Amino acid sequence: MSELFRRDPRAEWIARNRLHPLHQTLDSGPVFGPTGLLRKNPHIIGFIGPNGLKRIDRSGASNDTGQSTRRTAAAREVVLPLHQVAEPAFYIVVVLDLVSGRLNGHDKDTLGLAQQLANRNNGGGAVVAIAFGELKDDSLDKTGVDRLIHLDGQQYASYNPEQRCNDLQGIIAELVPQHILLPDSINGGGDLGRRLAAALELRPACGVWKLNDDTVICRGSAGKSDITRPLSKLLLVMEECCEPISETRHESILMPQQSSQFADGKLFDHGNISVDPNAIPLAEAGFILSGGNGINDWPQFHHTASVLGATEGASRVAVDDGNMPRERQVGATGTWVTAQVYIAVGISGAIQHMQGIAPCDKVVAINTDEGCDMVKRADLSAIGDSTEILTRLVELVEHRKQTINEGATNEQ
Amino acid sequence: MSNDNLSVISLVSIGEHPTSRRPRRAEQDARAIELGLKLVGNNLQTLHAGQVSDDPRQQTALRSYLGMGLAEINLLEMPEQADAILVLAEHLKQQNSDIILTGVRAESGESSGMLPYLLAEQLGMAMVTSVTDILSVDEVNKQAEVLQALPRGQRRKLKVDLPFVASVDMAAALPRQSAFGPAMRGQFEATLGGIFADQESPLWQTTDAKKRPKRLKIVKAKTAADRFKAATAKASGGGGKVVHGVEESAQAILDLLVEEGLV
Ligand SMILES: Cc1cc2nc3c(=O)[nH]c(=O)nc-3n(C[C@H](O)[C@H](O)[C@H](O)COP(=O)(O)OP(=O)(O)OC[C@H]3O[C@@H](n4cnc5c(N)ncnc54)[C@H](O)[C@@H]3O)c2cc1C
Repeated sequence: MSELFRRDPRAEWIARNRLHPLHQTLDSGPVFGPTGLLRKNPHIIGFIGPNGLKRIDRSGASNDTGQSTRRTAAAREVVLPLHQVAEPAFYIVVVLDLVSGRLNGHDKDTLGLAQQLANRNNGGGAVVAIAFGELKDDSLDKTGVDRLIHLDGQQYASYNPEQRCNDLQGIIAELVPQHILLPDSINGGGDLGRRLAAALELRPACGVWKLNDDTVICRGSAGKSDITRPLSKLLLVMEECCEPISETRHESILMPQQSSQFADGKLFDHGNISVDPNAIPLAEAGFILSGGNGINDWPQFHHTASVLGATEGASRVAVDDGNMPRERQVGATGTWVTAQVYIAVGISGAIQHMQGIAPCDKVVAINTDEGCDMVKRADLSAIGDSTEILTRLVELVEHRKQTINEGATNEQ
Repeated sequence: MSNDNLSVISLVSIGEHPTSRRPRRAEQDARAIELGLKLVGNNLQTLHAGQVSDDPRQQTALRSYLGMGLAEINLLEMPEQADAILVLAEHLKQQNSDIILTGVRAESGESSGMLPYLLAEQLGMAMVTSVTDILSVDEVNKQAEVLQALPRGQRRKLKVDLPFVASVDMAAALPRQSAFGPAMRGQFEATLGGIFADQESPLWQTTDAKKRPKRLKIVKAKTAADRFKAATAKASGGGGKVVHGVEESAQAILDLLVEEGLV
């Protein structure tokens, strides 16, 4: 539909002419009475339903034409105001974790705190985000990044905190930032921040969870106490230390930067090793295959889990029936899981079970019943018999592994 | 064991129980000792900076490390509020040790987790964090193979040049029990450490940890109807894809797993 606003002279004429038979049906904006009071016409809201009765839908879901034409203008995608820092008075540096190239919640909270620091006391500061390695996220401008330094290269694909620390020292010497913020996480931020603190001989504030004017509150004694201390230059911040940016856009201008020369690294990354998926605690596992009352062939279920490399989980019924050990139970009385992919095979999706999988990212349901609650929650639902689908899935995965292996041997 | 010439020092601190706050054997330090004992057996040296206080509970906590089968703990005597890092660094500079084991962070005090990093920086050693195991030590090439804990139960293999500082993660092997007899028989070898006062931290205010407010789900809806919907709607996404048939289902699941990089 065209975005242009078009006048309708006839409608305007009817709106002016109060004696026109169609005048009542037209909603012509606010009407003021002779005394200047706003008059509302209660007859024009709602629409006539199929059986001739007047219906008023207050949910806003109805699309009667008179209202919807006006709504299109309002419902257009809101363009957030652009926050510009043309000549930064000072810099706040944020080093992002970027788990698999994307910003996570912790990164966004850190950026939120950085913006707060940049804009307090008259503001004028710019937030410089530093990204190492691959950067897949294209929403940087909406998370509060005024300037971006992106160091990309082969060496950043692996764990190289010494190189990164060296790069950061160079950048910090150049920008002389007022504050340096890192997420205090196990995804690299905690490690890198402490390395940087040792190298710069700065005393960092670790586990910061709140900023009050010129002091910060940090968690001490491994989480048992709160320490209130003056704001320091280097801050390692906890998750939810601040609200992420949501109401402004930022420029995220790329500042060109070369990675520093660094050769005497003492750490060499030899990659992740494969771990037995069932040795991973259920609460930590990233990929779970969970079985319920709809599983008829348990040996096949275990086989599928081992082929997929998934950690096994179960619903309460499966545990009560003795098919799975108690510590594998997922749900309100079992373990609350945080998997990236959760496959629920033959699980109906009782509320006690759903509570336990609430933080999961992608849920896949395999079920015979299309109307069950698990299918409603799932991102992908396969309707059919669990045994047949799992058998076919195992075949496909094994076939795929074989072709990959053959491809690898052919290349050699 | 083949690592007879290796010099391994494990640093121990006095832990604090998370609820009762009684002094106890610090969990990560105990794991570090366990790892050290696995590496070099009785050649493991143990170092604590602090005093043997008159408080019997603190003594018991320190003695429970001895109960793991150590003959002695070296004590670097220093006042309670002093900065342990400088005292330790000064002492360790004369030791020429190959591996220094610590916990990731202390259970009391600031517990910033900076100690291993500062020691590594001052002694010019490499630093590995969150170690769960030391697989092998190659004394000829001066390299060790270590496993590092990652999120979601994953492990990364690293090679590190000797000498290095390793902070031991909770995911490392469980420590052995502490036995009463050896704990009582073990000795403290006290030497006087330097005194380096910590200027900054006495100025801080420390209180019991407050419960952090739960983050509210803020609904930025402009109309009342939208706010109503956000408050009452079920958490169900509703946008899920539904596939029928065995072949299509299996293929769709495989595609999703490939997209997520799991197979
Ligand atoms: C206080 C309390 C606490 C609880 N805590 C928990 C908890 O922590 N965790 C938990 O899981 N439960 C818990 N429950 C139990 C919960 O209410 C449900 O009873 C349970 O989750 C149901 O398990 P299910 O989905 O495996 O079985 P069912 O509800 O029997 O569902 C079986 C599903 O499998 C499907 N199916 C059947 N045959 C096949 C087939 N051949 N192929 C594919 N699909 C098939 C069916 O369509 C159905 O959807 C709790 C209950 C109470 C009262």
